[in-house]
Amino acid sequence: MYDRGIIIPGLIIFVLLVTFPIWYNHGVAGDVPKPELPKDSKKCVDSVNVMRSKHMQLLNEWRDEVLRTGDRAYFELEGKKYQKSLQNACITCHTSKKKFCDTCHEYASVTPYCWDCHLAPVESE
Amino acid sequence: MDKKRREFLKIAGISTLAGLGAPAVVDRLITGSYPLAARAAREVTPGEGAGDQASTAGHGSDTVPSGTRYGMVIDVRKFNENPAMAEACIKACHSVHNVPDLAEKNNEIKWIWLTGYGNAFPDHSHYHKDENLEKNQVLVLCNHCDSPPCVRACPTKATFKNKDGIVAMDYHRCIGCRFCMAACPYGARSFNWQDPRNGLDMNKINREFPTRMRGVVEKCNFCVDRLPRGLQPACVEATGASKAMVFGDLNDPNSEIRQVLKENFTIQRKPALGTQPSVFFIV
Repeated sequence: MYDRGIIIPGLIIFVLLVTFPIWYNHGVAGDVPKPELPKDSKKCVDSVNVMRSKHMQLLNEWRDEVLRTGDRAYFELEGKKYQKSLQNACITCHTSKKKFCDTCHEYASVTPYCWDCHLAPVESE
Repeated sequence: MDKKRREFLKIAGISTLAGLGAPAVVDRLITGSYPLAARAAREVTPGEGAGDQASTAGHGSDTVPSGTRYGMVIDVRKFNENPAMAEACIKACHSVHNVPDLAEKNNEIKWIWLTGYGNAFPDHSHYHKDENLEKNQVLVLCNHCDSPPCVRACPTKATFKNKDGIVAMDYHRCIGCRFCMAACPYGARSFNWQDPRNGLDMNKINREFPTRMRGVVEKCNFCVDRLPRGLQPACVEATGASKAMVFGDLNDPNSEIRQVLKENFTIQRKPALGTQPSVFFIV
């Protein structure tokens, strides 16, 4: 093989460069997000695991029930009545988008477009 | 060879005749079944005729009489007496629903607005109108038609007719194709050419209602969000006790709106188009 001295080190450098993100971040999962939970209320619409994995489906169901079927029935949690609404229910407890929603969404690199229309809670700082 | 050519020509001639003749035969077959279809059509026509009679008897009566159908009567005379009231209605609606106030006419978003009588009622407009109609503008909004052309035009079912007759929008589904705007004969729909939040004071916004985003079409929702809470539409509320706007169920013969419709001569916008608007005007 001609130019062995150039090709083989070149290939090695190329492979190293291409796989840089893999070996550089190997074993590091990044800081696990720590969303700030509401202090006053302990109970959400469903269990932590369900909310963690299925909150987007729940919001879609609420949306379809409210907008399409016109079923705007309130639900009750810890003696308080809530609308099926992101803007009028969820954020009454989760009062900070930055400290709650964004922590996981940024970690998972998802950009839901909820807040293009719905009004995010006013950040307290 | 000669004989073969002769046979070929015979077959070709017969095929040509058959080809030309077949459509005539098919036509005969169709006309054979046609009288049935014609009869069916004739059977439908008297029903439509009855509908027409009903519509001349009263505007609200040519609709399905079951379930709720929300409608509105706007008394233009009362708005003429008190022009500030129309502005108050527009302000009430636009602040409740976070409708932006964008300076350029091209970007304008309107849910309820004022327009000249001739624009609102081209079918009822003529020479030598009375002074009130000439001078004053009419408050118009989405008609929440019983047979809404915008709903037919929408390719994603983002706009649809509710059970209660309200033509609603699901902004989550709107792809901004603007077919509905082309279909609506009343210009009741507006497109968000830019982020509507540019035209809103985010500190004074109604935090219970969302805004819209760039690239969706929006319009009056007959306060579909307020009705279940026992509230009247924001514009109706703004007219106070003047009864310049009456909102209610068109299918309930005892409702206030039906009483108003019974006692007054009302007109609809472009009734000839057959959209069957739910908004009536006393002029």
